[in-house]
Amino acid sequence: MRTALMLLMLLGLASIPGSLIPQTRVDPNAVINWQTAHPDLTRIYTKLDLFTVYGSPWFSAVYLLLMVSLIGCIVPRVRVYWRAVRARPPRVPRNLQRLPASITTMTSLPARAVAEHASRLLQRARYRVDVVEEADGGFAVAAQRGYLREAGNLLFHVSLLAVLVAFAVGDMFGYKGSVNIVSGQTFTNTREAYDDYAPGSLFSADRLAGFNLKLNDFKVNYLTSGPELGQPTSFRADVTYSTPSGASPTNIALEVNHPLSIDGTDVFLTGNGYAPEITVRDGDGKVVYSGPTVFLPTSSTYASWGVIKAPDASPTQLGFEGQFLPTYATAPGVGPYSAFPNALAPTLSLTAFTGDLGLGSGVPQSVYSLTKTHLTQVRNNAGKPLTLTIALGQTRKLPGGIGSVRFDGLRRYARLQIASSPASPLALTAVVLALLGLIGSLYVRPRRIWIRARATAGQTELELAGLDQRDGPARGAALTKVLNDLTAELTTDVTGASE
Amino acid sequence: MNAVQYSHFSNTAIMSAAIIYCLAMTAHITEWALTRTPVAEPALPREYVSTASTPTPTQIAAEPVPQSYRKDLAGHLGVSLTAVAFLLHVAGVVSRGLAAGRVPWGNMYEFTITGTAVAVGTYLVWLRFQPVRWLGLAMTGFTVVLLMVAVLLLDVPAGPLVPALQSYWLYIHVTAAMIATGSFTVGALVTAMYLIRSRAETAGRTKGLGSRLPDADTIDALAYQIHAFAFPVWTFAALIAGPIWAKYAWGRYWGWDPKEVWAFITWVAYAAYLHARATAGWRGRKAAYLALAGFAALWFNFIGVNFFISGLHSYAGK
Ligand code: HEM
Repeated sequence: MRTALMLLMLLGLASIPGSLIPQTRVDPNAVINWQTAHPDLTRIYTKLDLFTVYGSPWFSAVYLLLMVSLIGCIVPRVRVYWRAVRARPPRVPRNLQRLPASITTMTSLPARAVAEHASRLLQRARYRVDVVEEADGGFAVAAQRGYLREAGNLLFHVSLLAVLVAFAVGDMFGYKGSVNIVSGQTFTNTREAYDDYAPGSLFSADRLAGFNLKLNDFKVNYLTSGPELGQPTSFRADVTYSTPSGASPTNIALEVNHPLSIDGTDVFLTGNGYAPEITVRDGDGKVVYSGPTVFLPTSSTYASWGVIKAPDASPTQLGFEGQFLPTYATAPGVGPYSAFPNALAPTLSLTAFTGDLGLGSGVPQSVYSLTKTHLTQVRNNAGKPLTLTIALGQTRKLPGGIGSVRFDGLRRYARLQIASSPASPLALTAVVLALLGLIGSLYVRPRRIWIRARATAGQTELELAGLDQRDGPARGAALTKVLNDLTAELTTDVTGASE
Repeated sequence: MNAVQYSHFSNTAIMSAAIIYCLAMTAHITEWALTRTPVAEPALPREYVSTASTPTPTQIAAEPVPQSYRKDLAGHLGVSLTAVAFLLHVAGVVSRGLAAGRVPWGNMYEFTITGTAVAVGTYLVWLRFQPVRWLGLAMTGFTVVLLMVAVLLLDVPAGPLVPALQSYWLYIHVTAAMIATGSFTVGALVTAMYLIRSRAETAGRTKGLGSRLPDADTIDALAYQIHAFAFPVWTFAALIAGPIWAKYAWGRYWGWDPKEVWAFITWVAYAAYLHARATAGWRGRKAAYLALAGFAALWFNFIGVNFFISGLHSYAGK
């Protein structure tokens, strides 16, 4: 118990840092921002796994030790419990008046009748009861209940283990991925199609369910008045999916909190944003980039960040980065911003770069950032960094005849999380069992009651005593009441006459 | 009434409730003050004097004492005022829900007013089964402070829920979390009283706050009773209903989001409290501190995490 207690406290403490420091698996962008802001601490923190606390060796060590201690505690207890569960109630102590709660009274009923009556009453109250005739002709009744407390306790702790095992199994045999699908586009469930793909260590990509999913349309509603102006009230993705076995494609609306399940794989709507359709031409007027481009929202009004790379442009490669603003607005001192999440005045605000995008170097690059080591920012005629502000339908030319950008159209995209977690029914069952066990372990009250009935001087002397095995003296009141009620029944019930 | 009127009514009801809680608190302070000098007031008729022989510190608090008249009057007044304030408080919570057109726990302000209402409700229900009126002062004081914090610092206008919160699991999860929070809160107040009493007993004090409380063992058993109720409810709310809802809303059961982490820390701290009560050398005051640690984690989760840490669950408003 002492070890378990220490480990529990340690587990609580060990969980704290991960809630204060951004975690890679929870919010990778926040981690990058934090690391940029604290370059000195980053090295130390990375060494201490402080950006991946919940997968770190030291955190795992704490909960594995807890598991070991749990197993070490459960195994011996199962045997003890098995013996206890079949044990008879302990024999009636010689001196009942020495117990914390006891009553002595006289009755005219015969001792045997009283003992048998007591036995019946207690059995009805789900006590396990033994009646013995004592050497002096008296009768002793020993009763005990609450055997299930220990069972509940064991069930709870065993189920905790089962939950952890289920999570481990789910992690190993499942996978999780996410993808941004622009409306009008189709996603095919293969490893390559994912933006992020995180398989469990024992999951292989050929077990991915083979389905296609097309995003037909994405609808959003926002509050257009009131203090929460601009807050979304609903997101809906109209999708069509088809499976190799399924007959015809199915249309369905995917909403937040209403996931779709296809052959054991769950599809969740977890985000959305804008994908402006952009065409880039190079100095020769050749189209070197074209199509909807996913911009990642950075604010609640959907000001979004995106990047365009045109490696085939000549005379020089072209790169762009900047914002998409669904409702363009400016204010002095703030610069351009988005005033509302809907596309009321959609505008791109981009800066341009020439030079070498670094795509041939073999180092993998994110599609959401430019590697600027070999790039030069394009400047306007006055020599200042150039910002292209392009409203929907407009074209902007780059100075020096090196190319142009056109904002052709606007689409929305949906961010889908797709996952298979095979052990979740097991985990759910285990959690429910744990709760039942917990309730048993906290609410079942083990209690012993002893009664002795002995003939004296033509009457029967009746002694009752009880013991609540938990919670100390404050339970006394409840126990006293039980004994009083029992005494009243035993001394009146059979004949209807009181003593 | 329309939404604006409901909202206005709600604010008025909450303010009035806070004022009446203040009055209730005053009545309980009077009750305590009257307990201070157990041997005073010799003018009372003989029958009212306790028949106990030499009063020990324990008996002073537990047995009826001569001036119990006025003390009782003040105590009853405190409870009645608390009940009145509670009704207004509930009216404020309900009308807030009507104003927003949904359950009244979509942001921190609402969570705080609803959470305190559940705590007071738990206390009043409990009062029917156990003699826990000595909790009245702590209960009303705590409620007044939290309502003031809610009104002055956390208030945001009522509005609808963002899509991630639109699920019936929200109702199940937050209802359970609310009930657990209310009972843990009462539990923490009882535990605080236990610590005061237990120190007074160790020091053998016959004056001061501690001497007016029931004996430490009794308080400890009551503290266990309420925690043993709250713990399974919290287990259900935070570790069953929460993950199920998270699965629907975000596609994963458990993601170590700060809010989840603190719910987990809360759970672990209370589990440690339950273990400590069964561990030699940890029973009593050390266990009590663990319960208070759990309570600190619980409220940090509802207020601190929203302010200091951002995550999926942040519904702090601006
Ligand atoms: C290292 C692992 C653990 C061990 C060895 C362990 C051991 C025990 C033992 C021996 C008891 C029985 C106490 C008694 O009968 O008086 C107990 C009770 C309990 N344990 Fe654990 N436990 C462990 C982990 C946990 C965890 C992780 C939790 C949940 C957070 C937990 C929650 C409980 C609860 C709620 C009780 C009931 C306490 C009561 O009866 O008041 N235990 N544990």
